[in-house]
Amino acid sequence: MPILTVTNLAGATRDVTASAHGSVMEAIRGAGFDELAALCGGCLSCATCHVIVHPDDFARLAPMSADENDLLDGSDERTPTSRLSCQIPFTEALSGLRVTIAKDG
Amino acid sequence: MPNTGTLIVGAGHAGAQAAAALRQFGYEKPITLLTEETDPPYERPPLSKDYLARDKTFDAILLRPATFWASKNITLTLGQRAVAIDAAGHALHTADGTAIAYETLIWAAGGHARRLACTGHHLTGIHTIRTRADVDLMQAELAHTETVAVIGGGYIGLEAAAVLRKLGKSVVVIEMQDRVLARVAGPALSRFYEEEHRLHGVTLLLNTAVECIEERDGRAAGVRLANGTIIAADMIVVGVGIIPAVGPLREAGAAGANGIDVDEHCRTSLPDIYAIGDCAAHINPYAPAGQRIRLESVQNANDQAATAAKSIIAAATGAPAPHYDAVPWFWSNQYDLRLQTIGLSTGYDDTVLRGDPAARSFSLIYLRAGQVIALDCVNATRDYVQGKPLVVNRRIIDKALLADTAIPLKTHG
Ligand SMILES: Cc1cc2nc3c(=O)[nH]c(=O)nc-3n(C[C@H](O)[C@H](O)[C@H](O)COP(=O)(O)OP(=O)(O)OC[C@H]3O[C@@H](n4cnc5c(N)ncnc54)[C@H](O)[C@@H]3O)c2cc1C
Ligand code: FES
Repeated sequence: MPILTVTNLAGATRDVTASAHGSVMEAIRGAGFDELAALCGGCLSCATCHVIVHPDDFARLAPMSADENDLLDGSDERTPTSRLSCQIPFTEALSGLRVTIAKDG
Repeated sequence: MPNTGTLIVGAGHAGAQAAAALRQFGYEKPITLLTEETDPPYERPPLSKDYLARDKTFDAILLRPATFWASKNITLTLGQRAVAIDAAGHALHTADGTAIAYETLIWAAGGHARRLACTGHHLTGIHTIRTRADVDLMQAELAHTETVAVIGGGYIGLEAAAVLRKLGKSVVVIEMQDRVLARVAGPALSRFYEEEHRLHGVTLLLNTAVECIEERDGRAAGVRLANGTIIAADMIVVGVGIIPAVGPLREAGAAGANGIDVDEHCRTSLPDIYAIGDCAAHINPYAPAGQRIRLESVQNANDQAATAAKSIIAAATGAPAPHYDAVPWFWSNQYDLRLQTIGLSTGYDDTVLRGDPAARSFSLIYLRAGQVIALDCVNATRDYVQGKPLVVNRRIIDKALLADTAIPLKTHG
């Protein structure tokens, strides 16, 4: 199972494993992080699954859709490596991905 | 008073989030999260969408992993129904005769699906969509179902209709009003969704009242309309709203006509009792001035949970409690259409259509006394995002400018 490295709002970092079926959002939520709201359950309607990807990992991700980009534009916390975690399929190839939960995540 | 902590009734979006938020904000006393349902907290929106379509498993719609609650020292009590409250004695009574003492009570019991009252309403084959159990029951019957009559053209009825068409069922939607979504959206949005459903093969009966449910061999066999026509159906789905689940709280003396009245901190009229989510009638800054409303949305459940949690913690420390003033938002998925709503259109007196519905990407902008109060955005995420500041700041903008898709809405922010 691929490994995901998650940093929470308090700055604590933890490695979690998740099945390679779901999204990065599901991997984070499934590991019990309570800061990631993901209110719409992953259907690209809410932007409350906002994470900041480690700059060195950003290029490993497939480009985002126009809708994801537009939703992220609504966030005051947006950074150059911001993503909506429900839009990133978590695959074996992404093992080792490092993400930080955003303040409005 | 013994240090009994917070008892939460209802483990839906509001109750579950209240428990999580209390811990997140540093509440250290005991928390009990009690619900009549037998499943740990899960998301309700997928029940009429991906979960009904079997595109998502039950595990994928859990709000938190099942182990989360114990890990946060939250006692999750499943399959227990609250039946009475002793407000003066700070105790809750459950159906099995247990009394649970509380220091603070959060009532987050949401609502139960409204059922039909006509002849035949009790028959097998009639379904509502409110709980996981409801949908599992439907699914068990779907394999031998060919025709479905959906009573009620609101969001849940229409979402279910879209999924059922995708599953190859023949679907008739019966709506009493002259348009679908009449209670929640403007005519232009209704007409658009009616057209989409027709294009997908749904038969829409508007201005149509139900007389009774027809029976055959002890099962529902169809819907008899007020005009005498019988719509044959193997399955009947009733999507006519909810009845707030507030009986015990009302009997204990809490004020409220439609749901339970709460103040800006989500406090009811009873001491140390809060109410949040679908059952909480509150003054919303985005509704017409002074109007008390209940909002049935994940946003409202979640943000009121945070308000109540912060208020409970503030009450203990004497710090000022926050006001509930979050901007309402909502979504609905039907076919390949993603609707995103920002603001509340209640009481609108004018609308502006931005974009072309025929292009399947447009927004309907609602105005009240000239101010932008809400947007329904269909496959138009950019308008949804850029429209938010217009709603928050109650902007007054020329209608022709709002309609002009060459000008991004943020220009008016
Ligand atoms: C099919 C469906 C689709 C939806 N789609 C969307 C959507 O796309 N977007 C959106 O924003 N919102 C949507 N909603 C609305 C959203 O799910 C609700 O607003 C939200 O669930 C409200 O949360 P709540 O906690 O207040 O109530 P609920 O989620 O109803 O939870 C209340 C819980 O309390 C339990 N309970 C009731 N009485 C008692 C009692 N006496 N003792 C113990 N337990 C009790 C109930 O069984 C229930 O489990 C949808 C709802 C449904 C049903
Ligand atoms: S969970 Fe809502 S956009 Fe990702």
